[in-house]
Amino acid sequence: MARITAGVGCSHVPAIGVAIDKGITGDDYWKPVFAGFEKSREWMKEANPDVIFLVYNDHCTAFDSSIIPTFALGAAAEFQPADEGWGPRPVPVVKNHQVLASHIAQSLILDEFDITVMNEMEVDHGLTVPLSVMYGQPEEWPALVIPLAVNVVMYPAPTGNRCYNLGKAIRRAVESFDEDLNVVIFGTGGMSHQLQYKRAGLINPEWDNAFLDRLTSDPVGLSQMPHIEYLREAGSEGVEMVMWHVMRGALDDEVTEVHRHYHVPASNTAVGHIILENKNED
Amino acid sequence: MTDKDYEDIPGTFVFDADRARIGYHLNQFCISLGKAEGREAFTADPEAYLDRYPMSPEQRQAVIDRDWNRMLELCGNIYYTSKLAAYDGINFQDLAGLMTGMGREAYRKMMVDGGRPIDGNRYKSEWGED
Repeated sequence: MARITAGVGCSHVPAIGVAIDKGITGDDYWKPVFAGFEKSREWMKEANPDVIFLVYNDHCTAFDSSIIPTFALGAAAEFQPADEGWGPRPVPVVKNHQVLASHIAQSLILDEFDITVMNEMEVDHGLTVPLSVMYGQPEEWPALVIPLAVNVVMYPAPTGNRCYNLGKAIRRAVESFDEDLNVVIFGTGGMSHQLQYKRAGLINPEWDNAFLDRLTSDPVGLSQMPHIEYLREAGSEGVEMVMWHVMRGALDDEVTEVHRHYHVPASNTAVGHIILENKNED
Repeated sequence: MTDKDYEDIPGTFVFDADRARIGYHLNQFCISLGKAEGREAFTADPEAYLDRYPMSPEQRQAVIDRDWNRMLELCGNIYYTSKLAAYDGINFQDLAGLMTGMGREAYRKMMVDGGRPIDGNRYKSEWGED
């Protein structure tokens, strides 16, 4: 059967993608950002997932204000990198495990998660930046990718609790799929940042690190955090971090933190990254 | 809706369903500039292009004035208005320099030095606002 073996939490700051695409990851500003992902790339080689289930948010690229699904699952054969105003990123096309994606869609809906099924979708930096930081610049992405886009642009985003329970439902869906597959789940976005208006530039490292700590020590309690705390303490765009709960919910109750990286800043944002393995995978 | 617990955060608009409704045409105009066809048509005839989006006169004027904070006050959202900024060649960080009134260099330095601290920036009362 298919199994979820590990989870990755990762910021998806667009400027990180620009730094990779321009080949300036070694300069003074970017070096400390990327140094923290060197171990992650080694870990990815070792983990070698067949499929990445990638939870991210679309930044008004596939979904402008006309249609705003809370949870949208990518079921297309492939997903082209989108033009976000500067031309598409020069990264490989993202290829799906379409049979597994269809299975997960069906399972989630019967499990009472009323997701939107996307048979046509372009993907933006929210999805491609995490792949770039974890894999570098390969000719093809080494894993198939099932995208799950979560609305975090229009308030309210789904609650942390809803996201955590969705993670559990995704796990049930994956484990009821016959093919022998190693699946790693990504939760992306954050960490603290505010992009807008007069409080732009807000960063809260104490809060961010407490969030990273509690992913291992108190995931259920963490998933109960109300939106107002994200908005006030981690900035208006920090509410993206609800997506990390989908990742966490899909893992065992007991996990091992195998890597963490935290750095301020990347552009306007605190960069946070964590790798969690299920304890029974050792 | 009277109970919005997020309205006492200073210097912040939470883009809720009410704001999404009021800002709809402004935001749809901005996002259309994410695609080359939109940018070309806007460049060719700005007034005619703006006519396609039935935003309020105040929203339209804020666009023409490139008054970034006014657009947000009138229910624009940053992910949308940033596309108009990109059209003008302004990136996210420089846009933040404009919105905060700090300017490019001072804002960039604040971020390199660790960002805007949370202390003193949680409540409007801390900013001397209602």
